Amino acid sequence: MNAESWETLFMRILQNICLVLGMSRRTLRVSKIRDGTVIDHITSGHALNVIKILGINGRSNGIVTIAMNVPSQKLGVKDIVKVEGRELNPEEVNRIALIAPHATINIIRNFKVVEKQRVKLPSIIQGTIKCTNPPCISNSENEPVKPIFYVEGEEPLRLRCHYCGHIMGKEDVLKQY
Amino acid sequence: MSYLLPLMVCFMVSASVFIGRDVISVKDFTREEVDYLLRIASEMEPLAESSSDILKGKIMATLFFEPSTRTKLSFEAAMYKLGGLVIGFSEPEASSMKKGENLADTVRVVEKYADMIVLRHPAEGAARFAAEYAKVPVINAGSGAEEHPTQAFLDLYTIMKEKGRIDGLKIALMGDLRYGRTVHSLAYALSLYKTKLFLVSPELLRIRREVLEDVNARIEVSEHSNIEEILPEIDVLYVTRIQKERFPDLAEYTKVRGSYVIDLNVLRRARSDLIILHPLPRVDEIASEVDSTPFARYFQQVKNGLVVRMALLALILGAVKE
Repeated sequence: MNAESWETLFMRILQNICLVLGMSRRTLRVSKIRDGTVIDHITSGHALNVIKILGINGRSNGIVTIAMNVPSQKLGVKDIVKVEGRELNPEEVNRIALIAPHATINIIRNFKVVEKQRVKLPSIIQGTIKCTNPPCISNSENEPVKPIFYVEGEEPLRLRCHYCGHIMGKEDVLKQY
Repeated sequence: MSYLLPLMVCFMVSASVFIGRDVISVKDFTREEVDYLLRIASEMEPLAESSSDILKGKIMATLFFEPSTRTKLSFEAAMYKLGGLVIGFSEPEASSMKKGENLADTVRVVEKYADMIVLRHPAEGAARFAAEYAKVPVINAGSGAEEHPTQAFLDLYTIMKEKGRIDGLKIALMGDLRYGRTVHSLAYALSLYKTKLFLVSPELLRIRREVLEDVNARIEVSEHSNIEEILPEIDVLYVTRIQKERFPDLAEYTKVRGSYVIDLNVLRRARSDLIILHPLPRVDEIASEVDSTPFARYFQQVKNGLVVRMALLALILGAVKE
C-alpha cells in the first residue's frame, strides 16, 4: 500500500468515527467552547460587525470562532460568534443589540450554558455611542454630557439624538468601532 | 359653526402651560399652544407702542455665544417694554467661557442672577443641554444650524397677520435649507397647520433628512431646484441666504447663486397677493428694488418679532392672567 492509499484510508476511518459519534462536519467546524460567550442568532452577514463592535482585532488572546450563513429555523440563515475566555458585560450586549437585534447571548462555563439572554434594544441608549453630527453639544469635550439616543426603529436601525435631533443608522454606529 | 372650532380648541390651552417653560424646539409645542401664543402676541400690540410694568422686578439674562443683532435686541426690547431688566453678554470673549468655563457651569451661575435665560450658542442641542442644568427657563435664541424657535413663531405671526390664516396656504422656503436654523424651525411650525410646503434649494443645501421626514409625515412637501417653476402657485415665499462658504467649490456657488436671487423680473410670474418674508440679515438674495413693492413683508417681521417675544416672556414669567 503506497503513502496516498494510507492517507485516503485514514481520512475514511476518521469520517466514520465522526459519523458513529453523531458529529457532522458542521459540528466539527463550530466546536464547543469551555468558558466564554456564544453569540447566536446574529443576523446573517453581521458576524464580522459583531467582532468589530466588540473590539476583537486578532491581536487579543483567546480563540474566536465565526460561523456564517448557518441554517436557522428562526432566521433562515444566521451567523454565530464564539468568544473563548470572555464573558460579555451589559454594555457590550447593548452594543450588539444595535446591529444584531435578534441575537442571543449564551454565557458558557465548563462547557455548560449558565446564562442565556436575548439581546434587547432599549428604547433609550445612553453613553454607548456618539452622535455623528460633529457640531452636536454631546460631542463637546468640555461639557459634562453623555450622548443619549432614542431608538425609533430596530431594523433598519434608526436612532435620534436627544440633543440635536440627528438621525443615525447602522452604518453610523459601525463607523465608530 | 365650523369656524368656531379652532377658536374653542385654542381657548382650551391656558397661560399656565407656559409658566416656567423652556423654549427649545418648535417640536415641543402643539398647534393649540402656538395658536394661543399668537393670540397673546396680538394682545401685546398696544403694549409694544407704549410700555408696561407687568415684568417689573424680573431679570432676563441674554447669553449670546454667537453674534446677533436682531434677535438679541428684539429680546431685550421686549423685556424693557414689559418693565423688566436685562443682563448678559454678546460675545464669548466677554464671558468666563474665555477662561475655560463650560456651558453647564455658566447657566448654573447665571440662574442665580436671572429669572430666565435667553441662549444663543454655536453647538446644536446646546439649548436643550443648558435647560437640563438651569433651574430657570431657557429660551433657545439659535442653536447652531439646528433651530431658532422664536423666529418661527414670529414668522407664523407675520403670516397670520398678513394673510389672515395659515391653514390652506402654499408656502415656499428658499435658499440654504441645510444649515438655515430658521427654516428648520419654520418647517416644523408650518407642519402644525394644513399647509403645502415647497422646499427650493441647490442640491447641496437640501433640507436635513430628520427635518424632511418629520415634516413630511404631517404635511405635503416637495423639493425643487428652481423657484420660477412654482412661483405662480405660492402664497408665501420665505427667502434665506445661500452662503458662499457652504460650497467646497467656488465655481459651483457661482453657478447656482443667480437662481436664488429674487428681483422684479422673477416676481413678474408671482401672484399679486404673494408675500415675501426673510429672517434677515439680507445680503443680496432679495434685490432692494423689491423692498418698495407690496410683496415685501420682511421689515414688518421685525416688529412682529417684538410682540411675539413680549408674549413669550410674559407667558413664561407668569404675567399673563387667565
